[in-house]
Amino acid sequence: MVRGKHVVYKNKVLPYFLVAPEMILVLIFFIWPAAQALLQSLYREDAFGITRTFVGLDNFRRALTEPLYVRSIGTTLAFALTVAVSTMAIALFLSTLANNIGKKALAYQTVIISPYAVAPLVAGVLWFFLFSPAVGYISYNLRFFGVRWNHTIVPGQAFFLVVLAASWQRIAYNFLFYLGGMHQIPDSFIESAAIDGATPIKRFWKIVFPLLSPTTFFLLIMNFIYTFFETFPVIHQLTRGGPSNATSTMVYRIYRDGFIGLDFGGSAAQSVILMAFVITFVALQFRLVERKVYY
Amino acid sequence: MIKDPVRTRIFRHSFLILGCLIVVFPIYMAFVASTLSLAEIFQRPMPVLPGSQFFQNYYQAIFIGGRGLGGERAIGALVMARNSMIMAVGITVSKIIISLLSSFALVFFRYPGRSIFFWLVLLTLMLPVEVRIVPTYQLVSDFGMLNSFPGLIIPLAVSATATFLFRQYFLTIPDELVEAAKIDGAGPMHFFRTILIPMARTPIATLVVIQFVYGWNQYLWPLIVTTERKYYTLMIGLSRMLATADHQADWHVIMAITIIAMVPTMILVLTMQQQFVKGLTESDK
Repeated sequence: MVRGKHVVYKNKVLPYFLVAPEMILVLIFFIWPAAQALLQSLYREDAFGITRTFVGLDNFRRALTEPLYVRSIGTTLAFALTVAVSTMAIALFLSTLANNIGKKALAYQTVIISPYAVAPLVAGVLWFFLFSPAVGYISYNLRFFGVRWNHTIVPGQAFFLVVLAASWQRIAYNFLFYLGGMHQIPDSFIESAAIDGATPIKRFWKIVFPLLSPTTFFLLIMNFIYTFFETFPVIHQLTRGGPSNATSTMVYRIYRDGFIGLDFGGSAAQSVILMAFVITFVALQFRLVERKVYY
Repeated sequence: MIKDPVRTRIFRHSFLILGCLIVVFPIYMAFVASTLSLAEIFQRPMPVLPGSQFFQNYYQAIFIGGRGLGGERAIGALVMARNSMIMAVGITVSKIIISLLSSFALVFFRYPGRSIFFWLVLLTLMLPVEVRIVPTYQLVSDFGMLNSFPGLIIPLAVSATATFLFRQYFLTIPDELVEAAKIDGAGPMHFFRTILIPMARTPIATLVVIQFVYGWNQYLWPLIVTTERKYYTLMIGLSRMLATADHQADWHVIMAITIIAMVPTMILVLTMQQQFVKGLTESDK
């Protein structure tokens, strides 16, 4: 049974009116379209939406045997893992430095969290402007280090740039959670270790880092969800999945196949596959919350 | 608290300052570019100090627009900022009101179906707009809501995050308070309006920040729902301007619009920093 209050109002009809707006919207804009996606994934429709044939699991078979689609799953996972690990490492480092320095921490925090307010698209624009082969300040200066920068041609550079734009923005979120986590570690733990002669580095690895492991796990999942879904603007606007599909993620493929290719069945099958990923992430997240409650 | 030796302190602050510089650098360069003429931006290397074109560039960005926003009857950032504002405020207000009502019903009443409602809201967490994009688009199109503000707002007006945050908060309210209100003869809606909502100021403030940023920064949904220029949000306008090739783009105008697109959310996050940080780190877990 879902938790509620012990003392409650006895009205019989009122609560239904109160939940009605949310339920109506959930049914119309979430449940119905999701059910439609499940259904569409079993059909093939012609591009004009006139005929529709039942094809069973053929759309799934088609997607999962298409090398480029399988590659887009790999790209998405590699992208998510790179963003997650790099932002968490940097955020952990910065928050360790900003921990226990009193009021000055707020000044640093103000600057470090500001990219949270920046739209993913804008983050992409900012970095692509700096790396643009035509006008970029950084791409120009890289020349003196022997790097010929052109992310519109070199796949690895495009991937790097998308990771950079996403990570730059995402550090804010990770920083806040790590700093919050560190505030919860009692000073006495650190002090007694210091008295026992543990160096700051040892104190970090033996005490702080293990105690932060719930935060780390939580952030890992949240960063995966972020990279899966929020980075679409960057990719759509600035690389269009290219060059040679190096930045083509699952969400980008759904958009491309659905709205440009008009392959609704194929796009729906991909949506269902993506749904499986989301369900896994959310389930993992809940397990974590549950463990925190019972420990 | 352990006192740092001087060496550690230097190490600490130099890396923190370095981190801050890396965070600020791209924003600073965008600002610099927004004060330069197009020719100056194309100099190699681009100047790193602000130029003299601030007023011209922002005037053009706000009132005239640039390449990619439609030739003769182009729209400027003023119209796009208004559209972004309508969308962001619409999403924020509806999410908060809808979630306040439903979480009130989830916590303070007992009735058949309560658990089902709870699980349905939970289910929406697993259905982000990207996984139901084609059918949702078809639905909005069937309702005739393409190219309209309701079409931009209503499908995004539900928030499981907000519902759960309010629910969690309401669960911490002591039973005695409800009891006292009942003894005083306060009906449920009176209790809701005069006691619950004023008490929920902190979660409401947190959600205003989170949801406004969410609404303002939306991209995929307005991209497919609006095709008419007069409904362009700042994000869509930027996207159209960037669709031209690198060496032809109106970078000075693009960068001015980029700055304009950042300012409102930045101000909101930084002025509400304390409440927002507390709410975010305590709510998301």
